[in-house]
Amino acid sequence: MQKNKLVGSVLVVGGGITGMQSALDLANAGYYVYLVERSGAIGGAMAQLDKTFPTNDCSM
Amino acid sequence: MEITGEVGNFKIKIKEHPRYVDMDKCIACGECATKCPKKVTDSYNAGTGKRKAIYVKYPQAVPLKYQIDAENCIWLKKPGRCGACAKVCPADAIDFDAVEKIHEIDAGSVILSPGTGTFDPSDTGVYGYGEYPNVITAMQLERYLSASGPTEGHLVRPSDGKPVRKVAFLQCVGSRDKNLCGNEYCSSVCCMYAIKEAVIAKDHDPGLEASIFYMDMRTHGKEFDEYYQRARNESDVRFIRCRVNGVEPEGKDGDLRLHYVNEQGQQIEDYFDLVVLSVGLETTKQAMELAKRSGIRLTSNNFAAVSDFAPVSTSKEGVFTCGAFSGPKDIPQSVVEGSAAAAAAAKVLAPSRHQLARKKTFPEERDILAEDLRIGVFVCHCGSNIAGYVDVEAVADYSATLPGVVHVERNLFTCSQDTQDLMIKIIQENRLNRVVVAACTPRTHEQLFHETIRAAGLNEYLFEMANIRNQNSWVHTGDKTAATQKASDLTRMAVAKVTWQGPLENVVVPITRRALVIGGGISGMAAALNLANQGFPVDLIEKSKVLGGNGLHLHNTWSGENIPLRAARMVDQIMWHDLITVHKDTLVTAAEGYVGNFKSTIKSGNGSEQNIDHGVTVITTGANRLMPDEYGYRQHKNVVSALEFDKLYEIKDKHVRKGKSFVFIQCVGSRDSNHNYCSKVCCTHSVQAAIELKEEDSSRRIYILYRDMRTYGQRETLYKKARELGVVFINYELHGKPKVTKVDDILDVEVWDHVLHRPLLIHADMVILATAIIPPAGVKQLAQLYKVPLDGQGFFQEAHAKLRPVDFATDGLFVAGMAHFPKPVEESIAQALAASARAATLLSRDEMTLDGIKAEVDPECCDGCALCVDVCPYHAITLMERTGDDGQNHKLISINKAHCKGCGLCQGTCPKRGVSVAGFSLKQLESQVEAALAV
Repeated sequence: MQKNKLVGSVLVVGGGITGMQSALDLANAGYYVYLVERSGAIGGAMAQLDKTFPTNDCSM
Repeated sequence: MEITGEVGNFKIKIKEHPRYVDMDKCIACGECATKCPKKVTDSYNAGTGKRKAIYVKYPQAVPLKYQIDAENCIWLKKPGRCGACAKVCPADAIDFDAVEKIHEIDAGSVILSPGTGTFDPSDTGVYGYGEYPNVITAMQLERYLSASGPTEGHLVRPSDGKPVRKVAFLQCVGSRDKNLCGNEYCSSVCCMYAIKEAVIAKDHDPGLEASIFYMDMRTHGKEFDEYYQRARNESDVRFIRCRVNGVEPEGKDGDLRLHYVNEQGQQIEDYFDLVVLSVGLETTKQAMELAKRSGIRLTSNNFAAVSDFAPVSTSKEGVFTCGAFSGPKDIPQSVVEGSAAAAAAAKVLAPSRHQLARKKTFPEERDILAEDLRIGVFVCHCGSNIAGYVDVEAVADYSATLPGVVHVERNLFTCSQDTQDLMIKIIQENRLNRVVVAACTPRTHEQLFHETIRAAGLNEYLFEMANIRNQNSWVHTGDKTAATQKASDLTRMAVAKVTWQGPLENVVVPITRRALVIGGGISGMAAALNLANQGFPVDLIEKSKVLGGNGLHLHNTWSGENIPLRAARMVDQIMWHDLITVHKDTLVTAAEGYVGNFKSTIKSGNGSEQNIDHGVTVITTGANRLMPDEYGYRQHKNVVSALEFDKLYEIKDKHVRKGKSFVFIQCVGSRDSNHNYCSKVCCTHSVQAAIELKEEDSSRRIYILYRDMRTYGQRETLYKKARELGVVFINYELHGKPKVTKVDDILDVEVWDHVLHRPLLIHADMVILATAIIPPAGVKQLAQLYKVPLDGQGFFQEAHAKLRPVDFATDGLFVAGMAHFPKPVEESIAQALAASARAATLLSRDEMTLDGIKAEVDPECCDGCALCVDVCPYHAITLMERTGDDGQNHKLISINKAHCKGCGLCQGTCPKRGVSVAGFSLKQLESQVEAALAV
């Protein structure tokens, strides 16, 4: 593959806990990230949870 | 979404649905939702509550901007009929004419993380869901338990609002159940969430009785079994192993009658006032559509198909996946895969790193040291959040009278983008040299204001926040006078503190762009290869004389991929890689330094030593198998461990070949008082072996004696297949372990049969022990060298169980694979890739900037008593000697600013004012306290 063909950006589809982690790690490593989310806000299923094991921390 | 092109250069079309609210204008004041007449069932609250047709998804939503639900908005359905929101919006943000937009994006790779849905029991009405109001799903319970949920965290019966006294959790609803829903797999997370919900519900109301009805308790993760035991023994949650036959209404008040057969075989009827269905995970229709449009393959269970050796790569090159889309999994593993997908994408795109990423630029800093004090105070209304309960005008007027304050401004939302622009203008026009924002919490907003004042040419630390919302208006809603007084007090304290604040410099640390990976098993090799493929040089240290670790001795992964073959391929790639230096027969003997600047000493078997400079450290030291001392192991020839059995099977040993009766005993050394955890892989391993034996000769009698069958996720298909092939599964409990004795040449295995309720005697040709996985020798020393913690079981302890699963609390150090906890190959590789991605966020730059809030030593006051050295949790303080003006040697401390996190424990401990944290100097804190008491 030719180096000049490579595009230094990544599309992340889904802004839950997983997609956010991908987006953050890529952006912090020097890549441009497009984060696309279906609903009106990122956060995904984890934002719906009350508390999480094992510390009973608030999920938010 | 439409995707064309190929890896490295995809073109993607994305459709953006209109919000009908202008994001730039909306200030999230909530007026629109107050006036909106249309109530809609709230999917965020899993249908337990209502929202309006104009809404924010949840109060902490990012972005915090309203949106209109087009399906329910009265105006959008019939223009002209309502429009209440547009009439009240103070920001003129409502835009009914908005249309969908198509974006065309160029991207080098694509990561699909659409997540998972939950099984919807309303289609089947299972256990009366939909018919009886007090039968709810676990997600609904989650919302009832949440302070932001429909009952503000009070657990009441949906039918009549009465407090819940007795709750039953029914496991495996929509999982492990082909008949009900076609979902044969185990959803992996429900056992743990049910236990957590039961414990939290009981925390809310200690008198509550909680029972969990389950088939197998699958608490196979790190610290999961301990949590299970605490729930049982300390929180008094009742666990009952059975499938409930049915749920029926009892009387008219909403009580529910459950009937089941208990473990003693008795028919039981019991009454509950809430039944919670532990619904499983399943791929949503939208995610399936996404898979179709992306052209990636799904498994028969509708999860993204991946290889165990490339757990985040889909069937299409350059398209990656992570999270529950590729199989049911919990939060830590999802977060791990999020990072792993980043690593996999970065491997492809490494040559284009920094090609498109942009850096913010700021104007040069104004030197304010010679200037007179000119403080600006910005008082925030936060819509009605503050202004509804505090007379903000009075607070602003009062602030103007404080010493040093030259400008005061009130803002509807101090955090909105237009206010930031306004603030910059005001700071510059009034030549302000300190800024106070009286608004919400610095935890969420300080960074934003730091950037704003930097953009105005000020040092970012010339700033203070007064939290007049979370600590004031939210908690004093009933007393406006007192709340206004307190807001004034808090602002006065902030002004007093910022008065003594000078400019601080951020700490810049250079980074050695080289990685050290300790441990050359599958995880270590995967991490080293990914880092090297991203262009970073790696030193890979291996204790033994060969690379491959446990991978050399294993057989197949759960999905049937040959492990030794793939491991050998990885060894080849490592040995030929220009950027990887392999050090076999080598140990780390000394280590010093900190993130970006580690120096490790390694020593090889022939005695030669070498120093290595590296910016990050990845620990992948793996784990060992336990050598058991029970069930006649090492006494009877045909009692073997699972790994030994694999070897005998492979070489077609005659005892295996001719064997007719095999007994597998699970949890040998796991889940007991010595090793109080599940070794995670053994159930699947035994089931796989049983299937092979049975497929080879169907007349063989094969028994698996287990405590809980933990074939989690899609592994459940193996368990099912084994049962269909006639493998006999017999449950035993810890207090009734099987007994193995040898009579002549035959092994007798005695076990209590819970179905027949009598002891069972099995004549076995071979007994195979599923032995525990334990931490290897030497990890304690390694942990001490790098000052990283081990958990109670001797595995390395990550920074945060959920959100930082491969980081250590100390920056620049990472952990992956079985060094962290027992796990199968694909989870080890995902962790290795994740560690690599996390490491790459550091290695991709020449230097890193740390904030300026660091401890500083006052050499005049510090007498080197070293009290602070012991309390520092980050090992940032060392005791030094220096020669004073009097020619004498004096002791004093020295702070490593790269280690220091500015927590202030040293300052609180120091009896001599010898150390203080910049930005929290004693002068500042004293002024703040004096200001607090000044009325």
